[in-house]
Amino acid sequence: MPSIKEHTLRVGASTNELERIRHFVADHARDFGFDDHDIHDIQLAVDEACTNVIKHAYQYKTDNQFCVRIGTRGNEMLVSIIDNGKPFDPDAYKMPTTQDQLNQKKRSGYGILLIRKLMDNVEYRKRNSRNEIRMTKKR
Amino acid sequence: MSTFEIKKRSKSGIVVLDIFGELDAHTAPGLEKEFQKLIEDKSVNIVVNGSGLEYISSAGLGVFMAYIEDIRSQNGDIKIAGLRPKVFNVFDLLGFPTLYDIIETEDDAIGRFQNHSQ
Repeated sequence: MPSIKEHTLRVGASTNELERIRHFVADHARDFGFDDHDIHDIQLAVDEACTNVIKHAYQYKTDNQFCVRIGTRGNEMLVSIIDNGKPFDPDAYKMPTTQDQLNQKKRSGYGILLIRKLMDNVEYRKRNSRNEIRMTKKR
Repeated sequence: MSTFEIKKRSKSGIVVLDIFGELDAHTAPGLEKEFQKLIEDKSVNIVVNGSGLEYISSAGLGVFMAYIEDIRSQNGDIKIAGLRPKVFNVFDLLGFPTLYDIIETEDDAIGRFQNHSQ
């Protein structure tokens, strides 16, 4: 059974924290041996997922907290973002087209699209009040 | 905390915004305010020089999306110049190059406005 190494960062639900989260993710991705291109992809995917938690799950209520957990196994890195806010329903999400967004002057909705493009696998889990997005990328 | 800075200047009658640092959900409101001011002032021929931009997330891209139609309805445009490859890649992933003029150099971006007005 391959060993699993885990690192957890707990942060407040504020956009103030995004830079710290990106550094946390980049440091561990670099230690794991990802190249600069992949490190950037993982940082951006995690930023998008955390922005969604701050904005949608917690609606910018900064006294809430959530966790970013990184694990590695074999040649794969797993990043989980865990919150207790309003759940996201992936089945209700409609993939936006850029032209539609432009016509409607919409400025959001791209986060999930980017996460799916940047990571190898994305899953949502919900148990009681706990929401988790799990993203993996292979080295 | 993410750092982001905007410097505004004028070149050949075009507004040039030099943007530096990281454009994410925390810093995007700063760029949003700048576009709002430019629209109010009817300064709608805008080049964004992104050579100092180190990072962008969809919150940053959303600002470009939110104001482009207002700016174009006043016969203006936002042209984006000098992006670093990893920042350009994010614009590209979301299909921005078909909707925006994304140009290598600031001078060429300014030239596009001048060619258009002749």
